[in-house]
Parts: sequence; structure tokens; C-alpha cells
Amino acid sequence: MGLEPYLFLSATVFCIGLFGVMTRRNTIGILLGIELMMNAVNINLVAFARYTAMAAGFVFTVFTICITVTEAALGLAIVILLFRVRRTVMADHLDLLKG
Amino acid sequence: MMANSGALALIAWLLPIFSFLVLAIVFPFRRLGRPAAWFSTLCAAGAFASAVLAWRIQSVAAHPVHLVWPWLPTAGKTIADVGVLVDAQSTIMLCLVSLVAFLVQFYSVGYLHDEPAPALGRYYAYQSLFAFSMMGLALAPNLLQLFMCWELVGLCSYLLIGFWYQRPSAARAAVKAFWITKAGDVGMLVGIVMLYRLAGTFDITELHSMAASNALPLAGLSIITFCLYLGAMGKSAQFPFHVWLPDAMEGPTPVSALIHAATMVTAGVYLLVRTDWLFALTPNVLLIVAWIGAFTALLAAVLACVQDDIKRVLAYSTVSQLGYMMTAIGAGVASAGFLHLLTHGLFKALLFLGAGAVIHAVGSNDLPNMGGLARRMPQTALVFIIGTLSLAGIPIFGGYVSKEEILGAVWGAHLTGPFLLLMLVAGLTAFYMFRVVFLAFFGTPARVAAVAHAGAGHTTPPRVAHAALHNEAVVEGAHVNETPHAHEPPATMLLPLWVLAVGTMVVGVMSTFHLGGFAAAEAAGETAPGWLTPTAVGVALAGIALAWATYQMRAVNPESLANAFGPIRSAALRKFWIDDIFEGIYSFVLLGFSRIVGWIDRYLVDGVLNLLSDWTVQAGDELRGIQTGKPQDYVYGIGAGVLVLILLMRLVF
Amino acid sequence: MNGIPLLSIMTWAPFVSAIIIMFCARHRPLLVRLTALAGASVSLVASLIVYVAYDKTMAGFQFHEQLALVPSLGINYLLAIDGMSALLALLTSIIIFAGVFASWTVKERGQEFYALLLLLVTGVYGVFVSLDLFVFFLFYEIAVLPMYLLIGIWGSSGFVKPQGIFGKAMGRTGVGTKEYAAMKLTLYLLFGSAFILVGILALYAEAGSHSFSIIALQQVQFDPTVQKWVFLAFYIGFGILAGIWPLHTWSPDGHASAPTAVSMLHAGVLMKLGAYGVVRLGMGMLPDGMAYWAFLVGTIACINIVYGALSAMAQTDLKYVIAYSSVSHMGVVMLGAATMNVVGLNGAVFQMFAHGIMTGLFFALVGLVYEKAHSRAIFSMGGFGTMMPGIATAFTIAGLSSLGLPATAGFIAEFMTFLGAWSSAHPWWLFPGVIGAFLTAVYVLRVTKQIFWSTQSPDPHFAHLPDAQGPEWAALGILTATLVIFGVAPWIAVGTIDTATTPLIATLPKVAGASLGLLR
Repeated sequence: MGLEPYLFLSATVFCIGLFGVMTRRNTIGILLGIELMMNAVNINLVAFARYTAMAAGFVFTVFTICITVTEAALGLAIVILLFRVRRTVMADHLDLLKG
Repeated sequence: MMANSGALALIAWLLPIFSFLVLAIVFPFRRLGRPAAWFSTLCAAGAFASAVLAWRIQSVAAHPVHLVWPWLPTAGKTIADVGVLVDAQSTIMLCLVSLVAFLVQFYSVGYLHDEPAPALGRYYAYQSLFAFSMMGLALAPNLLQLFMCWELVGLCSYLLIGFWYQRPSAARAAVKAFWITKAGDVGMLVGIVMLYRLAGTFDITELHSMAASNALPLAGLSIITFCLYLGAMGKSAQFPFHVWLPDAMEGPTPVSALIHAATMVTAGVYLLVRTDWLFALTPNVLLIVAWIGAFTALLAAVLACVQDDIKRVLAYSTVSQLGYMMTAIGAGVASAGFLHLLTHGLFKALLFLGAGAVIHAVGSNDLPNMGGLARRMPQTALVFIIGTLSLAGIPIFGGYVSKEEILGAVWGAHLTGPFLLLMLVAGLTAFYMFRVVFLAFFGTPARVAAVAHAGAGHTTPPRVAHAALHNEAVVEGAHVNETPHAHEPPATMLLPLWVLAVGTMVVGVMSTFHLGGFAAAEAAGETAPGWLTPTAVGVALAGIALAWATYQMRAVNPESLANAFGPIRSAALRKFWIDDIFEGIYSFVLLGFSRIVGWIDRYLVDGVLNLLSDWTVQAGDELRGIQTGKPQDYVYGIGAGVLVLILLMRLVF
Repeated sequence: MNGIPLLSIMTWAPFVSAIIIMFCARHRPLLVRLTALAGASVSLVASLIVYVAYDKTMAGFQFHEQLALVPSLGINYLLAIDGMSALLALLTSIIIFAGVFASWTVKERGQEFYALLLLLVTGVYGVFVSLDLFVFFLFYEIAVLPMYLLIGIWGSSGFVKPQGIFGKAMGRTGVGTKEYAAMKLTLYLLFGSAFILVGILALYAEAGSHSFSIIALQQVQFDPTVQKWVFLAFYIGFGILAGIWPLHTWSPDGHASAPTAVSMLHAGVLMKLGAYGVVRLGMGMLPDGMAYWAFLVGTIACINIVYGALSAMAQTDLKYVIAYSSVSHMGVVMLGAATMNVVGLNGAVFQMFAHGIMTGLFFALVGLVYEKAHSRAIFSMGGFGTMMPGIATAFTIAGLSSLGLPATAGFIAEFMTFLGAWSSAHPWWLFPGVIGAFLTAVYVLRVTKQIFWSTQSPDPHFAHLPDAQGPEWAALGILTATLVIFGVAPWIAVGTIDTATTPLIATLPKVAGASLGLLR
């Protein structure tokens, strides 16, 4: 198989993630969307690493996975804290930054 | 010998400033009052003594002494010095100034005996400062020092007119005097600055030699001399700047004698005398000087005829005599003007101090409150009449020769118009001065009731000021009731009167019979035709006769005399509306314009700024709606941004 | 003298005492004041020594101190002083010394007040003595920024009725309050700083010599177009601080709202920073730019003189009168600079000094009057001369200096400026100048008469007012004496100024129509 199917898959996953981020009203849903977009990036990285036979892509993927994990952990922690304070996780109601 | 006269002049100049510094800095001494007064008087006496010595030396010396120290360095050279220029002219002026200053300070010890001690100290500090400034003006070696002293005498005048500042009229008169003279001074400053660019020096001696060798460019010189003349107009109360001088009579009478009669107001004349060679280059300006001088003389003489306040009569007479001097200078014979300046300084100081003695005794300035004082205070009456005769220009009295010289000079310069005006003024002068003499010293004593009523009037002798000062009931009535018992003033006041009277007589006799230094002065005035002297004296005598017939014999009813000149009289009572014009300029033009500018600044210039800041705040208010706080909106924003960037890259680059 | 870093001592002494005040003198008001006084005294002594020891025969910059800060960019801590800055440093010392006394009675948060005041003074000294543009700008900002807190916290609010076509906007911005004044002043001055920074960076880049040193940049012959625009940037940037029309409106509000010592320092010294900047950076480094814009500078200065005087006449609040008189007098400074000849520039620098002392004295007196009578409304007061003769006398002397009476410093300054104006390429500048002097006489004497030399006000609040007391006398005495001494003996200042201005003028291009007698 060539490079294109991987890129196509990656783009699809990215779009699904983006769609999730944009449409979801639940903060956890948005976080999941972001995770999907990250994974799309990972697919890309791995595919290119394989394609160019350079190890850098794998290394970066490992980094990204780590970051994704911490991000998910932090994000969920924030969401939980938010829920404690505001009794809601719906993004529409969390507009403290509204000007 | 030469250096001596310079040193003596310096001593005379610096003694008063020493006294001023002591009084100003050692304030416990100043607050003692009387000792401070005597200290200042002593310094003035010392100044007079050294001034006389300097004059004795310098009057026979061949060359003037020029003693200067660098004062204002710029661009590696000195653009102005301070020091003294000692010549015959400046030393005789110095003598006059120091003599009158000394006598006035001596006199004030008696005149102001009721003044609280700190105020007395303040008075003498001002007096010393004045003496210093006036002498500095007389001795000034350059126009800059002259101007500085010129302003300083103006300051002293302001301070001394406003000496009783708790009286609104005095406070107002002080400020008015300062403003009007300052308006003239601005002109003078412009003139000096312009002259510096033209000549490159302020030094009078250098300027003189430049003028003598035709090294001065004539282009624009008329403007410069006119600007200098503007300063002289302000200081010497020439029309239309004469309005401050009568109001300046709000100051203590000795101050009026010193500053507003004998010395400061003649500074303008002195300036023109000092720079007559400069004015000689600009005959058109001299013509203006002559006409304004003659017109001022007439205007003030007319105004003097209708005044009931003895000091105001004298003030207008001063204005009138200054007009005389100016006319002489305008006619190109500055020496005649200078001679009249000197004699006038003596007899006008005498008249003012005499009037002060009268006011001191009567407790009022108003002529209707006086009368028959010759019996109560014969010595005062005698010296006052000597002064009056001098002013009227009667032979063997002080003002006779100088007045004749002026008339001769004006006639000689073919200024027929001003000459006729001055002749008329000569008659008027005799009339209004003898009106004062007859009303104050002869006739029936004033009614007590009328006097008590006048006590609340606008003019106030020293003790009333105190009463007002201490918020007590005005105790004037009690004092005024003594009017019939008015008595000679104390010796401290009488002595200066006699000194001045004798001085006036000596000058008068010597000049009438061409004795001493006057023989030379007379030579200059030989152009006068023979009929001039009898005519002038005749006119003066006619004025005296009219006053005698009206106010002494009551042969002419004053009312009908007044009615004969109805419109002029009523206009003169309103001071020809000149004061009103100045008042109008001040309140409507100056203050009105300032209000407009103030409003513009606050509400337009600053308003624009506020509008900008308000717009900024409002724009922020509008724009902050973009921040919805919804993450999705931000993602749309990012997407739109990326799209715009891509489009930009496609289309623009 | 050699080896002792006098300029650094002078500059940093107030800073050190500010730190001592903040850390070692908490809640001990007297100690705070004494520490501040000590700092100010050290600076005063140092600046006096510098002023006296300045070698007039050698001229140029002296007392050099150098320390490399960022060598790669050519930033040095480079201090030196010439005749002009020596005089202005002396002015700063006198004002802060008097200012410490004048604010002796500050009650609220005394130590912060003094610390900020001294920090500000360090900035002022730094501007006057630094020859490195980077450090110059740094000090400039230090001098400007504490003002916001000083006015915002210790200031006093007034009342201005919004009206006119912009009334609505004015109502919304809160005209008259101290917060408004503080914000307006700070924003205005920072707006100016932006121009200055642009100008400095432009010069740095244009010269390409990797040096911020003024002396080095003076040697560079900049392109006339660059000079033109950079001068304009400097003129606007520094001009705002110098109160040029129509960018002056921060000054009346700011000065009226500020506490006494801050008004003294701000009107007395900080406005001079602006004028100094125009002369030192604008004229010194951009002669062609100066020549190009001279007409604008002089004409706006003339507007300042007359307009400021008329505005002052219209005010009914004493502090506003003094503030507007500053606008008018700073016009004289700018006019003197615009004449582009030695006499005029000497006049300008002398006016910086004279006006600094005079307006410092004025604000000190207004503060005293306010403290005692609790009023700034001119026409409600009256007859204070009897009750407070000392304050009245000092006010009169300040007023006389303000209207340019001989024997006070104001006269020398105005006279030389007028002389320069008449010898410049545009002689008509003389007339607005003298008209301004006359208008000053009108408004100053009107106010003096109303408040001090007239009948006692019937208001019982003004029945028994004390004269100045204790430390307040020190402030009045020093300032009054300086005003008179420099008026009677101008050579002690003019001779020193002259050593700085003569070489400066020599670098300027010759101007058509000017009198060569004074131009050299």
C-alpha cells in the first residue's frame, strides 16, 4: 500500500475529531474530539516515518502520545473541577470568558 | 578725583539697598518699626550726602565716569553690564532723588506715627528699595539696567500704592498702576530689544557715539524710539496712559510726593532726556511726543480744575507738568524739560508734603472740608503758597525759569499748536492751584458736620486705615471734630517742608537772576521772543486773579463759572470716560477673551481628547462581543483566519 | 573630585533612600522623612559640587562615567554632564529638597509616597546626566511612570462641569477626578514615549554604528529626510511632556490633581525633561531637522505663551491658574529653543531653571494655602496677606518672577528669549512673547490681589489662618532665595549654560534672515 490511504484515514479521523469539537456541547465530548485529532496526527507521523524510513517520526509519535495522555488527564481534571464549581459540563454554560 | 565721583555715586546707590537688605532679611529689626525707620532714613541721608559730593565733583569734571561690571555673559561676550555712568545729568538727578527720598523718609516718621510697627518697617523697606531703584535708573550706564530699575521703581510704586491693601480702592489702584505702566514697559522692552539688534549694544555711551557718528541705521529707528516713548508714556502718565496716576493717590501722601510727583513719574522724561540724541534722529516721533505732551498737559489741567480731592488736584497737576516736560523734549530742547523736571521735583514734593500736613491735620482729603487753615497752620500755608507760586510760574519762584524755557523752546521749534495749548495750561494751572489755596487755607473754616460726613468717603488718612484694619468702628469722627483746632504738624514733618521751600526759593532766585550754573542754561533759551515772558506771567496772573475772584472774593459765583463750561465740566467729572474705556478693555476685551479661550481649551481642545478616549472605550465595548467564551466560536475563528491567510497567499503573493 | 562617581551618587542617592524607606522605615513617619531628606541632601550636595566644579573654560561634557551594559548592542551606562544639564540637575536637587519639606504633612501611606517620589527623582536625574540613549529612555520612563500612582493615590479631585459639543464624552470620561487626571497624564506621556522610542531606534538603525551614545550619534551626518521625521517624532514625544499646544491638556488636570510635592516636581522639573529632550536630542543630533521645523516649533511656542496666559486668566481654581501659567511659560522655553541662536537658547535654558523654581514655589504655596484654608477657589478667598504674611510675600515674589520682573530669574530668561526671538529668522515671535508677559502680569496680580492683598474675606472659615510653619519655611525660603539670587546675579547660571549652548548652536545650519550679531 502506498502513502495515500494512510493520509486519507488520518484526514478522515481529523475531520471527525474536528466535527466533534465543533458540534459537541459537552466538554468531555470536545476533549474526545481533540484526542481524535491528535490521533490523526499520530497516524500521519507514523505513516510518514515508515514512508521516509526515518526514526524521527516514531519518536515524535511517542512524545505526542505522552502529551495526549497528560492532556487528557489534565483536561478531565479541569472538567471535574468545573463540574464541582458550576454543576455543569456543558460548554455553552461555561462562558466565563465572554467579553 | 574722577574715580572719587564714581565711588561716591556708587555709595549713594548702594546705601539704600543695604538698608533694604537689612530690613528685608533681619525681620525682627524690621518689625521694631521706629528704629528701622530711622535706620533707613539715616541711609538715605548718607546717600544724599554722597550724591551731593559726587555732583560737586562731576559738575566741574570734563569726562563722565563709567564704572561697570559684566553682568550677563552670552556667546562668550558680555551683552550687558551693571554699574554707574556718572555725569552732570545723572548726578544732579541723583541729588534730586536722594534729597526727596531722604526728606520723605524723614517726614514719614511723623506722618505715619500711628502705623503699627511691622507695617512701618515694611514701609521703610519699600522706601529703601525705591531709593535704590530710582538711583540705579538715574545712574544706569546702559538701557538694560535702566529698564530693570525702571521696572523695579514700578514694583515699589505698586507696593507703596497698595500699602494699605485692606482698602479695596488702594488694592485696585496698585494693580491698575502696575498694569498700565507695564503695558508701556512692554513697549519699551520691545524697543530695547530692537535697538540691540540694530546697534549691538545697550550701552548709552556707545549708542551716543554711534548716533553722533551716524553709525546707526535709520531704517526702523522711528519704531524703536516710539517703543521707547511708549515706556515713557506709561511711566510719565502721558495720555492715554495717565489714568493710573490720580488713582495712585491711594497710597500714603509721602509716597505720592516721592514716587508719584518728584521722581518715579519723571523717569519717562529722564529716559527721553538721556536718549535725546537718539530721538533727534527721528523727528517724526518727536512731533508725536510734543503733541501728546501738550495735549496731556491740557487734559490734565482741565481735569484738575474739577477735582475736590486735594491730592487728586496735585496728581493731575503732576500729569499736566509732565506733559510740559514732554513737550519741551518733543520740541528738541531736552535740557529745558530736564530743568523743569528738577524744579518740578522740588516744588511738587513740597506741595504734596504740604498737602500731607493739611490732610494730617484735617483728617480728610476733600477741599470742602478745609478752609481757613492759614490761621491754624501758618507755616504750612506759607510753604504751600511758595510751592503754588512756583508751579504757577511766577518770577523768582522755582518753576518760573524752567517753564519759560519750555515755552520758549516750543515756540522756537515752530510748534504753534502745542505752544498755544501750553499757554492755556499755564493759565489753568494758576487757576486750579490757587483754587486749592483759597479753598484750603483761606475763606471760612469748614463745617464740622460736613467733615464728619466726608470721613466715610473714598479717601482715607492713615488713622482711618488703622481703624478699618482693626475692624473697629471708624473713629474718624472724633478726630475730625477737632478740625477747627487743626494745628501745625510736628517738627519731623515741618522740617522737610522748609527744606524744600528754601530749596525751591534758592533755585527760583538763582535762575531768575541767572546766577551760578543757570547762566549757562539760559544761553540755550535765547531764541525766545521778548513778548513771551510777560505773556506767560500775565496768563498765570490772570488765572490767579480768576481763582481769587471766584473762591476768595466770591465775586464770581463758582456755580455760574461751572455752568459756563457745562459740557466740559460734566465730561471732566467723568474723567472724559478714559478710565471707563480702560475698565471696559479690561473687563470685556481681556477677561472676555480669556473666558472664551479658557472655554475653548476646556471644552474643545480637551474635548477632542475626551472624545477620542470615549470612542476608544466605546469601541472596546463593541468589540468585546467577539469574545463569546464558547470554544466552538474560537475554532470557527481559527478556521476563518486560516482561510483568509490562504486566500491572501493565493491572491496577493 | 577625581574617581568619585559624583553623577552616580547624585542619581542613585534618592533611589537608595527610597529602598531604605520601603524596607527599614515602616510605620515610622519621622524616619521616613529624615531618610528622604538625607537622600535629597546627598543629591543636592553632589549636584552643587558638580555645578561649582564644572570647568567652564573647558566646556563640553565632563564628569564622565562609563560601564558597559550590553556590549553587543552598544548599550552603555554612560553618564556625563555639560553646562545645561548641570544647571538642570541643580534645579532638580533644589526642587526635590524643597519638595521633601513641602510634603512633610502627608499623612496617608507616607513611606510609599516618599519612596515613589524619590524613585521618580532618580529617573529625572538619570535623564539629565545620561548620554546613552537607551539608558536615557529607561530613566525617562522611570521619571514618568510613578506619577500615575502618586496622583492616583495621593491626589485630590476637583470638579469640572461637562458642557459643549463634547460634553457627553467628557461626562463619561470622568473629567476632574484624580483618577482621570492620573490616567490622562500617564497615557499622554506614554503616547509621547512611543514617539521617542521610535525616534531613538530610527537613529540607532540609521547610524548603523551599534552605539546609543549621544556623543557618537552627534558625529553622524544623518540624511536630511531622516532628520526631518525623527525630529518631528522627538518634538511630539518630548513636546507632550513640555506641554506644547494642543497636546498640553494633561498638564492643567494633572497638576491640579497632584499632591503638592508632585506638582512641584512635575511642573518644576518633569516638564523641563521634555524641553531638555527637544534641545539635547532634537537640536543636538538633528540640526537640519531643527532648522526645518524651527518655524513650527516657534509658532506653536507663541501660541502656547498667549493661549496659556489667557487660559490661566479664565480659571477660578488657584491650582489651575498656576498649571496654565506653566503651559504659558514652557512656551517661552520652546520659543527660545526655536530661535536657534545663542541668546535665545540661553534664555530657553535659563527659563527652564527659572520656571522650575518659580512654579515649584507656586505649587508649594498653593499647597500651603489649601492646607490652611481648605480652598482653592480664588474668588472666595481674600485678604490672607494679614494672616499669612510669609506665604503672601513668597507668592508675590513668585508672581513677580512669573511676569518677568527684573531682579528675579524670570526676567533674565524672558529677556534673553525675546532678544533671541527678535534676532531669529522670524522676528515677529517677539510680539506674542511680550504680550504673554503682559497677560501674565494681569492674571498673576489679579490672583495675588484677590487672595492676599485685599480686604478680608467675610467667610468665617478664613478668619484665623496660620502662616507657614516649621519645615514649610525651609521650602519657601530656599525657593524664594534662589529665584532672587539668580535674578540678581544671572552670570552664575548664564556663564555655565553658555558653555553648552554655544557649541550646540554652532552645529546648526545658518538661517536666512537672522541677525548674525548673535548667531556666531
